[in-house]
Amino acid sequence: MKILVPVKRVIDYNVKVRVKADNTGVELANVKMSMNPFDEIAVEEALRIKEAGNAEEIIVVSIGPAQAQETLRTALAMGADRAILVKTDDLVEPLAVAKILKAIVAEETPELVILGKQAIDDDCNQTGQMLAALLEWPQGTFASEVKLGEGTVNVTREVDGGLETVKLTLPAVVTADLRLNEPRYASLPNIMKAKRKPLDTKEPSDYGVDTARRLTTLKVEEPAKRASGIIVENIAELVTKLRDEAGVI
Amino acid sequence: MHAIIDRKDLDFLLFDVLKIEEFSSYERYSDHDREVYTATIQTAYDIAADKFLTHYVKADQNEPHLIDGKVKLIPEIGEAHEEYIGAGFLSAGRDYDDDGTQLPFVIQTACNALFTGANVSSFGYLGLSQGNASLIDAYGDDEQKRLYMEPIYDGLYSGTMCLSEPQAGSSLADIKTKAIPTEEGHYKIDGAKMWISAGDHELTENIIHLVLARIDGAPEGSKGISLFIVPKYRVQENGEIGDFNDVTLAGLNHKMGHRGITNCFLKFGEQGDCHGYLVGEANSGLRYMFHMMNHARIAVGCSAIMLGYAGYLYSLEYAKERLQGRALSKGKDPSSPPVPIIKHADVKRMLLQQRSYVQGALALLLWAAKLEDQAKYSPMPGEQKKSAKLLALVTPVVKSWSSEYCLKANELALQILGGYGYTREYICEQLYRDNRLNPIHEGTTGIQGLTLLGNQVPADGGKAFFELLEEIQSTIHTAEQHENLKLYAQLLAEYSGLLKEVSIKLIGAMSNGDLEKALCNSSLYLDSFGLVTVGWMWLKQAVTLHEQKSAPYDEDFFNGKLHTCAYFFNYEMVRIPTQCEILSKMDHTIIDMQENWF
Repeated sequence: MKILVPVKRVIDYNVKVRVKADNTGVELANVKMSMNPFDEIAVEEALRIKEAGNAEEIIVVSIGPAQAQETLRTALAMGADRAILVKTDDLVEPLAVAKILKAIVAEETPELVILGKQAIDDDCNQTGQMLAALLEWPQGTFASEVKLGEGTVNVTREVDGGLETVKLTLPAVVTADLRLNEPRYASLPNIMKAKRKPLDTKEPSDYGVDTARRLTTLKVEEPAKRASGIIVENIAELVTKLRDEAGVI
Repeated sequence: MHAIIDRKDLDFLLFDVLKIEEFSSYERYSDHDREVYTATIQTAYDIAADKFLTHYVKADQNEPHLIDGKVKLIPEIGEAHEEYIGAGFLSAGRDYDDDGTQLPFVIQTACNALFTGANVSSFGYLGLSQGNASLIDAYGDDEQKRLYMEPIYDGLYSGTMCLSEPQAGSSLADIKTKAIPTEEGHYKIDGAKMWISAGDHELTENIIHLVLARIDGAPEGSKGISLFIVPKYRVQENGEIGDFNDVTLAGLNHKMGHRGITNCFLKFGEQGDCHGYLVGEANSGLRYMFHMMNHARIAVGCSAIMLGYAGYLYSLEYAKERLQGRALSKGKDPSSPPVPIIKHADVKRMLLQQRSYVQGALALLLWAAKLEDQAKYSPMPGEQKKSAKLLALVTPVVKSWSSEYCLKANELALQILGGYGYTREYICEQLYRDNRLNPIHEGTTGIQGLTLLGNQVPADGGKAFFELLEEIQSTIHTAEQHENLKLYAQLLAEYSGLLKEVSIKLIGAMSNGDLEKALCNSSLYLDSFGLVTVGWMWLKQAVTLHEQKSAPYDEDFFNGKLHTCAYFFNYEMVRIPTQCEILSKMDHTIIDMQENWF
C-alpha cells in the first residue's frame, strides 16, 4: 500500500505574526517558515503505519513556492520515501489544492491520504474534506487514533462530545488532529539520506488545474487588543454588565 | 521559558560571515550543503527547545542527591539525552562508516551551542562524553576504542575528565594520585579527584573516567604525569560489564549554579582494587589530556556566550514591555503615559553592551570552531598547519574573554529587570549563577592570561600571532573600501598596532628572563587581545553586511548590526590604548604590593 501525505509550508508556529502595513496580508519577508505542525503529525502517522509493516511507500507532496522543497526535505528526513513539489508562487486555495491532489492520487494510486486537519496559517480546515468529496472516498477527520484493518481503517475522531470511531473502507482520506501522535525529529543520518531521495518538480498546469483565486481578501487586521478588566461592586452590576455590555446573557 | 538564540544572527554568522558553504570543496564535507546544515541546526533547535529548555529551572531547583549511595536526578535529564543521542548528535562528527555524519566541527559547535543555551547542566554530561570519546579515539589503542569509546558513542556509557585533586586544582604539576604497575598489565590507581563533573550518576550503565596520575618513580612535575582509563565498572573482554572497579563517590559538591550536573569528590582505590589502563605512552598524559581540555575550553566559551545570549534576549523582551517612567523629551510630564523602559538611554546602553559582547563573542567562537575544520581537512596548501596554530592561539581568548564579558552581560540583564531580576521568579538570576562558573573551570582567567601571553603568543617567534594580525589587516583593507566603515577600519588598525607593539615588547622581556614583570598583567593583556579580536569580528560582520549584495538584509537587521559595531568601537575598544600603556611600561604596582601590607 502507498500512503500520500500532503504537507504545507507555513509561517513557523513560534513567530509572532505581524500584519502588513497595507492590511493586505501578513508579513512573510524574512520570516521563518516551517512545516505545518498538523502535517508533521500526518507524516509521523504514515511512518508508523509503514514501520508496522502495513505500507510500502510514503509519498509526500507540497504545493507552493520553490522553498517548499525544504519542507519536503524535512518530511524525507523524517523518513518519507519520495517527494513531489507542485511549484507555484500563487496563493492556492483549498479547492485548487484538493483538485491537484486528486490528480496526483490518480497517478500514484495510494490507498490512504493522510493530511493535517488544517494549516495554521489560514485555518481553513477544508482540503481533506474537499479531496474526499472530489475522489468520492470516505473520510475520517480530526483523527486521534488510526487503526488499519483488512481493507478498512478505523479512525477515532475528536468531536465536541468526546471521541467517535468510524470505520472506513479503503481507499480513504484521514486528517490528523493534535493528539494523534508526537512527531519524531529528523535525525542526522536521515537528513543526509534525504538528500538522495527523489524529489520531482511539477506545476499546477501539469495536472490541468487552474489555481486562480475564487475568494477576495478584503482586509487583514490584528485582533482587537484585550481591554483591561474592572472590579464590579456587586452581583447586580455584574449581571447588568454581562447583559448590556458583553451581550453574553 | 527563555529564548535560546536569534536564529537570523546564527545564520548570518555561519553562512554569510564565515561562508561555511565553502566547505563543499573539502572532500570530507562534499556531501554537505546549506540545506543539510540548516536541517541539522533545526533538529538541534527543536530538541533543545522541547527536551532541554523545558527542565532548565526544574533541574536547578532539584539538585542531585544521594539515596542509598546512588545519585538521584530528575528523569527529564535522561530523556533529553536519549533524544540527543538518538538524533545522532553524539557521533555527528564521526565517519560515515562509524555511523557518523561527518558533520563539520563548526556546525557541531553551533548545535551544541543551542543545547547548552537551552540547558547548560543537562548538556554538560553529553559534552564531557563527546570530549572523552574523542580523546580515546585520538590516543587510545584499538582494544580501548572497542571497550570504552564505542559504548560512549552508542550512549551506553558516559565519560569524564579527572584532573584536579583537593590540594591541586590549577596546579596539575602537584597531583598525587598514584598508578602502580601490575604483572597483569593494568595499573592500580590510588588517589582522590575533586570537582569531577558528571563523576557519578545512574544515567548510563558505566562511567569512563580519564584520570591523570603518576606512575611510581615518574619524574617530578608535569613531565611525570600519565593518563589512564578508569571505568566505574570493569569491562570484560566480550564487552560485558564486570566487577565494581573501586571508584567511590565520596561526596557531591553543592554549587552556586550548574546544579543539574553532579560535581563530585571521587576516591580511586580505597579498597586497593582500582584498575587503570594506560593511554598511549607513560609520562605523556598531560599532552593527551589537553586534546580534551582544549575542546572543553572552547565549550566553556560557548556556554558562557549562550547564557549571555539568553539573558540578552530575555531582558530585551522585558525592556520592550515593562512600562516605567516618562520620556525626558516630554519634560517628564506626569500626565503623559509611562514608556517602555527600552526608551531610556541607560537601558538601551545595557542592551547594546550585552549584544555587543554576546554576538561578538559568538562570532569569534564560530570562527575558532571553523579553524578546527580547516586544521583537519583543508585542501589548501599550508592552511591545515596555520589553522591549527591560530586555534591554539585564540583558545584562551574564546574561553576567558567570553566568560568574563558574557557573565557581565548576565549581570546587565539582571539589572534591566531591577528588583524582579534579583528574584527567583525570573530567569536572569539563574543564568547569572550558571554563568559564574565559566571564568573558573577548565583554567581560570588568570591561567588563560598566562597561557596566552606566556605560551601561545611567543610560540614559534610569534608566528601564529603575526598571522592573526595579517587576517585582521585583510578585513581592515576591505572595510576601507566602504565609506561608512573607514573610521572603524582606521581604529582597528590603530588598536591592533598597539597590541602588536606591546606583544613584541613583552616577548622580548620574557626572552630576557624578566618573566615576573612581563607576565604580571597577563589578564589585562588577555582583555586587550579579546577587545581587538572581538572588535575585528564586529568589523567583519559590518563588512559582510555591505558585501552581501545577493541577499539584502532587512533594514532593522542591517542597522542593528552596524550600530552594535559602532557601540563596540566607541565605548568598549577605547580601553585598549590605556591598557596597552600599562602593559607596555610593564607596570609593577601589583607585584610590588607586599603580603603584609594588606
